[in-house]
Amino acid sequence: MQDKLVIAGHEFDSRFILGSGKFDLTLIKAAVEHAGAQIITLALRRVNSFHGNILEHIPEGVTLLPNTSGARNAEEAVKIALLAREAGCGEFIKIEVIRDSKYLLPDNYETAKACEMLANKGFIPMPYMYPELYAARDMVNAGAAAIMPLASPIGSNRGLATKEFIRILIEEIDLPIIVDAGIGRPSQACEAMEMGADAVMANTAIATAGSIVQMAQAFKNAINAGRTAYLAGLGRVLDKADASSPLTGFINDGGTK
Amino acid sequence: MANEKTDHMTYLPGMEILEDSDIGDKVVSLMNAYDPAKYTEADVLRALEAQFPSTEDLAALLSFAAEPHLEAMARRATEETRKHFGNSVYLFTPLYIANYCENRCVYCGFNCDNRIRRAKLDADGIRREMKAIASTGMEEVLILTGESRKMSSVEYIGQACRIAHEYFKNVGIEVYPMNTDEYAYLHQCGADYVTVFQETYNSDRYEQLHLGGHKRIYPYRLNAQERAIRGGMRGVAFAALLGLDDFRKDAFAAGVHAYLIQRKYPHAEISFSCPRLRPIVNNDKIKPVGVGERQLLQVMCAFRIFMPFAGLTISTRERAGFRDNVVGMCATKISAGVSTGIGSHTDEESLGDDQFEISDERSLEEVCAAISARGLQPVLNDYVYIPE
Repeated sequence: MQDKLVIAGHEFDSRFILGSGKFDLTLIKAAVEHAGAQIITLALRRVNSFHGNILEHIPEGVTLLPNTSGARNAEEAVKIALLAREAGCGEFIKIEVIRDSKYLLPDNYETAKACEMLANKGFIPMPYMYPELYAARDMVNAGAAAIMPLASPIGSNRGLATKEFIRILIEEIDLPIIVDAGIGRPSQACEAMEMGADAVMANTAIATAGSIVQMAQAFKNAINAGRTAYLAGLGRVLDKADASSPLTGFINDGGTK
Repeated sequence: MANEKTDHMTYLPGMEILEDSDIGDKVVSLMNAYDPAKYTEADVLRALEAQFPSTEDLAALLSFAAEPHLEAMARRATEETRKHFGNSVYLFTPLYIANYCENRCVYCGFNCDNRIRRAKLDADGIRREMKAIASTGMEEVLILTGESRKMSSVEYIGQACRIAHEYFKNVGIEVYPMNTDEYAYLHQCGADYVTVFQETYNSDRYEQLHLGGHKRIYPYRLNAQERAIRGGMRGVAFAALLGLDDFRKDAFAAGVHAYLIQRKYPHAEISFSCPRLRPIVNNDKIKPVGVGERQLLQVMCAFRIFMPFAGLTISTRERAGFRDNVVGMCATKISAGVSTGIGSHTDEESLGDDQFEISDERSLEEVCAAISARGLQPVLNDYVYIPE
């Protein structure tokens, strides 16, 4: 059975998106290989160097997902996206608009605006957002190619703090839902996939692991396990035992007597 | 020496007053209410366990009672640094372009009564120095001047920022406090980060130490960060010069100052510096008062635990061994290739004297090697300037 992740017509076999922000660049290659990742995010502001090109560290065949980290409003996100395009990062763009230096929570309103502006400029916008249904719908209408709700604040390793709200997005939004930020353990990535997320993004958890290679593999396996479980259909988990005298036992299905 | 004893709380003509801001008043009243001796071990342990530490927790972490718990503070700080910054350590070089000063700060080498060699680089000189620094691979520069509006005008600093913008990805300034429109001008010239040390937050002590010049005006300096943010600067840095007064109260004030600014301007990037008083030219009797390395580390770890997302720069005033050990633990940024004399990056003999003695003269390459050896990652740039 073919189980592809499809974003704006582009097909991917892997459902693991690797964040690069906290990585030693020389370790990215190994991480990509062992995670089996086909998409890697990178901050334009990290690419922005006179010396050494970060792009040299990205293995061939991997799709770049530059982000607009550093943008504080929609206009700045567009400016950064244009710089990313100039730098040869392609058409995919992860929109990050953040106006809070403490929690680094995305501003959904500005993000939706940026979605529309970038879609109009031919980009494939993938907004990083706070999981809120109306905002997600606005982003869909604005031309988003996928929705990337946060599981918990960036770098907090708090796991699926917004689980119920992500579940609503999975149910109501027809675009791929990619769970982003806050995933600190493979088990949390697995849980997100089990409930039907289309992909998971992780960065800090792998970048700061004792063995980057092993942790990348662990995430890969966890994401595959969660996906397989979702496709298999999770068995019923009953809160209580079945009542021995059913409430509906009075119904007469045998016609008139 | 002309020592006009003006009122240090009265603004001079031309100084912008932020009528609508009460941040300065709040900082002072919180600091005045802070008694570092009143906290107990239980307060410290509670602060160390706090998921989101409050200003009361900061007070406990800076108290005498916290000193025996430095190891636990260092562990918590390391955890927070790793969570928020990963393995990244940022690098920069400070560049002094002029050392003229019109202030009488009794602890400072640039004091206008000090007989030191004064100099100011012209545009070519600035370009030469910047080129020399950039050729080492450095991508972030911090432009410094002595505090003289006459000799280092806003236009002059603006010109330096424009040149810096050609050679560096990230330009910061550490110059005299100025008005909002002047910060806006320097932002247009390419600067995005502003550092202002309050020196001491204790107004009485401030008055005794700053005998003359515009720097004498305490509240104008106190509101500098707020004006910088209003002028469009992306980030602001806070510090007290530890050792001028009760360093615990000063560090507490710098902490709550940053905290209140971040609450009012949540988009602003916040960072701290932790300079200790150093021996200076013509005044070798001045030594840090009561701030040993243990106390300095306590302050740095307290800042990290209190505001885990804030940047923290380790001063060049400290020895290499101390600097190397605090990056990754609590500091997130370290200078390299430093020379505080004027023109000293290109000429063997600098044209003007240093502000203070530095303790770490290692090159960018050497500092990067030391960072990498600790399993951390030297980062030359993580920023993009977004023009208006």
